[in-house]
Amino acid sequence: MAAHEQFADDLALYALDALDGSQKAALEQHVETCGACSRELESLRGDMALLALAASGPHPPQRSRDRLLSALAVERPAAAPERTGAGSGGWFGRLGWMAAALLFIAGAVLMKDAKEQSAALQREIAGLQTKTAAQDAERERVRSEFAEFAGPGAQPVTLVVAKNRPQPQGKAIYVQSSGKLLFVASDLPAVPDDKAYELWLLPSTGNPVPAGVFRPDARGSGVVVNPPLNAGVSAKGFAITVEPKQGSAAPTTKPVMVGLVS
Amino acid sequence: MASALGQNAQDGAPEVKAGGGEASDLSLVARVRARDESAMAALYDRYSSLVYAVALRVLGDTGAAEDVLQEIFLQLWRKPSAFDAARGSMGAWLSVIARNRSIDALRKRKPETDIEDVVLSVETNFAHNADRGRALLKIREVLGKMAAPQRSALEMAFFEGLTHTEIAEKTGEPLGTIKTRIRAGLLSLRAAVAG
Repeated sequence: MAAHEQFADDLALYALDALDGSQKAALEQHVETCGACSRELESLRGDMALLALAASGPHPPQRSRDRLLSALAVERPAAAPERTGAGSGGWFGRLGWMAAALLFIAGAVLMKDAKEQSAALQREIAGLQTKTAAQDAERERVRSEFAEFAGPGAQPVTLVVAKNRPQPQGKAIYVQSSGKLLFVASDLPAVPDDKAYELWLLPSTGNPVPAGVFRPDARGSGVVVNPPLNAGVSAKGFAITVEPKQGSAAPTTKPVMVGLVS
Repeated sequence: MASALGQNAQDGAPEVKAGGGEASDLSLVARVRARDESAMAALYDRYSSLVYAVALRVLGDTGAAEDVLQEIFLQLWRKPSAFDAARGSMGAWLSVIARNRSIDALRKRKPETDIEDVVLSVETNFAHNADRGRALLKIREVLGKMAAPQRSALEMAFFEGLTHTEIAEKTGEPLGTIKTRIRAGLLSLRAAVAG
């Protein structure tokens, strides 16, 4: 081993969390900058594991296994909120009810895993079933409209700001086979009255394709739903630029947000 | 103090159900990352006895040990990426986490170490009964030959979570002696398993 000899004993104690006082602080500082001692620390922790192996004993009761599996089942739906913050806060207050409904569903589908997207979408849809007949019809329309966004062909893309600005964020879900696109953004800076944000589909080959123009509301939120895009266009990512209010055929400014398909 | 290391020799190694034809730890972790509960159950079946044995040895209470067992596997479910397969055995990793969490519980303190911060390197693959059995024989042989004061110092540090200062006070030995004994004890285990 090539660990520094003067730290050797302390490393063993540190691995066991048995070092205290100023020696602990000094060692931590050293290990941060010493690869040899850091590797030796990992090896000493491995030696600890050998001690653990010696602690053989009875097996855990069956109820522990049952308890864990029950907890997994409970945690499964709880995993959804950690994937996006779209379902929190004042989003619903910032947009009209239709946009809120879209975002509600979008919040559920903006996930990395298509299966979970589908499950979350179904849960949200189930929650709408208590609405009136008119709302049911509307829900059905929304459900069918967004079903593809939860399918295996949907590509979730996260767009983030390049600089340390106040954390604007955009989420795009794109279905290549049909050309359908859902995009929601939050905390975008305001643009001048004669300007707007324009969303661009960045094809695998060729020039950026216009994918909708929008102006953020007073709180910086914006939505683009199914802009006129040709089906089957392979996207390598999406971007946003500031353009004249009516939009541009090609970007005229540098992107303020970019997200690549993972 | 009577030796607790190497006790339960009649029990043999905790049962591990991984065989040559079963899924590797790595593939199971990959499935856990895809939220596959059956893979999580397989990892539990493979390592729960090891984790539980460590927790029970430290805590001496089955209920508390079950709580640690539950907490650790839930953490693995929530953060499967915390396991760095490049470092080797998942069993070793889990056993160290089990020990640390059990010490935290013993001292009634909030968990101080995130599972992502537990990085270790060990050659022994704890996933297979045969490997663990061979390692266990060697470990017990080393512990059996180890001088009582050295074994005692290791036990107090590992299973009781005492600092070297506390061990020195408890035994009346100089701090430097405690340090040296603990390090030499760990290295003798490493050498035995590597040999």
